[in-house]
Amino acid sequence: MTTVEQDVTLGRIVGTPVERKEDTALLTGQAVFVDDMSLPGMVWMAIVRSPYAHARITSVDVTPALAHRGVIAAFSGAELADEWQMSLPCAWLPTEDTKQPNHRPLVVDKARYVGDGVAVVVAETRGEARDAAELVHADYEPLPAVVDPEQALKDGAPLVHDEFGTNHCYTWTLSAGEVDEEFANAGVTIKERYRQQRLIPNAIEPRGVLVQPFPATGELTMWSATQVPHIARVTLSMVTGVPEAKLRVVAPDVGGGFGSKLNVYAEEALALVLARRLGRPIKWIETRSEGYQATTHGRDQIQEIELAATSEGNIRAVRARLTVGLGAYLQLVTAGTPLLGAWLYGGVYDIAAYDFECTGVFTTTTPTDAYRGAGRPEATYAIERAVDALARKLGKDPVELRRLNFIRGFPKTIASGLTIDSGDYDAHLDAALELLDYDELRKEQAGRRGRGDTKELGIGFSTYLEMCGLAPSRILGAIRYGAGGWDAATIRFLPTGTVQVLIGTSPHGQSHETTISQIVADQLGVDYDEVEVLHGDTAVAPLGMDTYGSRSLTVGGLAVYHAAERILAKARKIAAHQLEVGENDLEYDGGTFSANGSSLTTKELALQAWTAHNLPDGMEPGLEATYVFDPENFSWPAGTHIAVVEVDTETGAVDLIRYVAVDDVGKVINPNVVDGQIHGGATQGIAQALWEEAVYDEDGNLVTGSMVNYLVPSAAELPSFELGRTETPSPTNPLGVKGVGETGTIAATAAVMNAVVDALTPRGVTDIEMPATPERVWRAIEEVER
Amino acid sequence: MRRVSITVNGAEHVLELEPRELLVYVLRERLGLTGTNVGCDTSSCGACTVLLDGESVKSCTVLGVQADGCEITTIEGLATNGSLHAVQEAFRAEHGLQCGYCTPGFVMATVGLLRETPKPSEDEIRHALEGNLCRCTGYHNIVRAVQAAAAEV
Repeated sequence: MTTVEQDVTLGRIVGTPVERKEDTALLTGQAVFVDDMSLPGMVWMAIVRSPYAHARITSVDVTPALAHRGVIAAFSGAELADEWQMSLPCAWLPTEDTKQPNHRPLVVDKARYVGDGVAVVVAETRGEARDAAELVHADYEPLPAVVDPEQALKDGAPLVHDEFGTNHCYTWTLSAGEVDEEFANAGVTIKERYRQQRLIPNAIEPRGVLVQPFPATGELTMWSATQVPHIARVTLSMVTGVPEAKLRVVAPDVGGGFGSKLNVYAEEALALVLARRLGRPIKWIETRSEGYQATTHGRDQIQEIELAATSEGNIRAVRARLTVGLGAYLQLVTAGTPLLGAWLYGGVYDIAAYDFECTGVFTTTTPTDAYRGAGRPEATYAIERAVDALARKLGKDPVELRRLNFIRGFPKTIASGLTIDSGDYDAHLDAALELLDYDELRKEQAGRRGRGDTKELGIGFSTYLEMCGLAPSRILGAIRYGAGGWDAATIRFLPTGTVQVLIGTSPHGQSHETTISQIVADQLGVDYDEVEVLHGDTAVAPLGMDTYGSRSLTVGGLAVYHAAERILAKARKIAAHQLEVGENDLEYDGGTFSANGSSLTTKELALQAWTAHNLPDGMEPGLEATYVFDPENFSWPAGTHIAVVEVDTETGAVDLIRYVAVDDVGKVINPNVVDGQIHGGATQGIAQALWEEAVYDEDGNLVTGSMVNYLVPSAAELPSFELGRTETPSPTNPLGVKGVGETGTIAATAAVMNAVVDALTPRGVTDIEMPATPERVWRAIEEVER
Repeated sequence: MRRVSITVNGAEHVLELEPRELLVYVLRERLGLTGTNVGCDTSSCGACTVLLDGESVKSCTVLGVQADGCEITTIEGLATNGSLHAVQEAFRAEHGLQCGYCTPGFVMATVGLLRETPKPSEDEIRHALEGNLCRCTGYHNIVRAVQAAAAEV
């Protein structure tokens, strides 16, 4: 592992809670989301979707729709089949023999989930397009559905893709050390089985797309509610045959993503080819209920985890086996998403041997893909629940058992093979216990138990480790991901002294304009308000890999940092030339180069670079620099989250009464932004534990088909958060940063479920399936009492 | 079609509306006031919250024709003479928004809440905002913002 020198000069604005640049527009209704845009001549698209989970399509007749008022065009899947140069993109086929179905934007032969597109209608207005879509006549021959990944693997299960002769998509393994030997010699072993229920991401802005064609030149501009304008441009060019150089993709203001907009969707491809075909701007906006079917889901895994430990509780080996419901098709990173957790089933524990196997399975359901944390919340859940199970078996306190096994001494290469650069797990555990007042709470818990209180108290821990900052390109190549993990930035110091920063990451709530401005202002010695961050438009910032996997600071922010260093290096050369001193004689501080009592500011040097009247021989005019940063290692945030719940044993109701989180995300650029990410991330993790579940019936109907019956929590369900922070700067980047976007979600689910089980341990309950609804909790109590 | 007169952010509009047109689309598509957002189709998320005669309502649950003769305030009408309303200021100061899509709804719901209950407790705030969903903030800073605004108003 290569370590780099930390830049300790930043700290004027970096590290302070400056108010966000994004807020004024968002607070006054001036933000521009896709649905806020319209263009002259614009028409609307609506998709006809299969009402069956699995059905052969015998005919599709669009003529009744064509007769409807305002309708301009309507096509079946077969009628558009020639438009597609390839399948909708899947960037990650984890094994050589991974089965990749041909995923057309509209199906031709059969529908494979409720919501699979079978036809498209274009009309003058939103209402006309939707009304006419209802008139398209499609005949279906229903086939049996299969919604459960384990059922789908059984002989005789209905085949989602007949051509493969199986629903098995791939099996990926990772093994290190003498696992069998460790299990054979173990003083104690445990084996647990957990279900990661399917989740619906629920960004509050639904997806939407608007495409403007320029028929004279063949250019097309697409505005999309996406996290990945750059990836969309590359892949949609390949899908539609629009030359990449003629395709501009813009992510305008985007209202949340959480992984659900880390994708390239059928509707984007359809809007592009129809705009090209019809020569008119085309707009499509998802309804929420439509999105529940047509936008990727998350999780859907069966996990089996085994621990081998000494009788004192030293964990020696971990075995993990996953069976993952991929849904009907492979979207962008469907197959690889569970593998983002593949290295983490050993958690923060110093183990000797490791064995991981993941099998991906097709089912007749909406495809799963990345959802906040993507693979890592699942890994954390399994190991953190299993460590609690081990503690129960050994009669040890869960805190004590964790401490006994913590990884210490960094950098540390863990059993699964990656190297953790830094951390101090005792520090955040200690800080969290102090915030919590652990001993006092255990006393209260015992007191309630002693007096037979029907409301039990439960305390649950999650000492998590995250692998983020996606990702070193060489490692991505080694695990068969189809692109690199670098990111890019261009900094342009304008002649009048303001600075443009073009970034390749694409925010949708993460505050990039604010935090990137903080870094650049400190480095170049300009005011925070003199920095303008531009993003999300392939015509403005053509190079980039977009926003997901907590990478925008740890990869994109480092590209910005290094670009600014290049600006300073050039400015130093000009200053040395004009002040007639050696470059090394110049002191640099807060935007000013000085030597022997004379000085030049970066702003003055920007003007000098622009006029180019007096530059060193051979120097290019202008003060602009680009840097493409490819990280050498992942980054490794970690922390301790503790949930305190009250469980009403008479009704099964779980009340989350406290939530303590102490995170080590390395250096902090803006504490408000970091805290906000943790609040929101933890809330999504808590919601998986207690409320959220996408349910399919056996016919493949999405029973939780709208926000009415899928419980996205409101303020009323949640407590205030109690946060603390410890800091071990990452030694692998000069900013010392580690990433924070997913930590809360990764940590929270295990903490809450461990708390629920902890509350009911004296009653003999050792597991409850998620979400821990009152019914499930009540039944679990009843079952052991019987 | 039915002729209605609706006052929005102080300006009167006489409009010919289809009976099925929802108030939110009247605001967004007829009047170009796109600050009011649509986040669902089941009146669950509250992104479209506006004030109707001073009371917060989900504008996706009100027909345009029902607003005949009413006064509507949207997020665009809240700031006065270029200065943000105390509730907007509080959301900014407390980092009560991230992606900002639900924010106009939360701000309007908060203005409505503080009109009825000027000094709400934390519990009252959390229950009063039950009809508005945010996926970014975990509500922690939204609650802080409402408290800060209540202290200010």
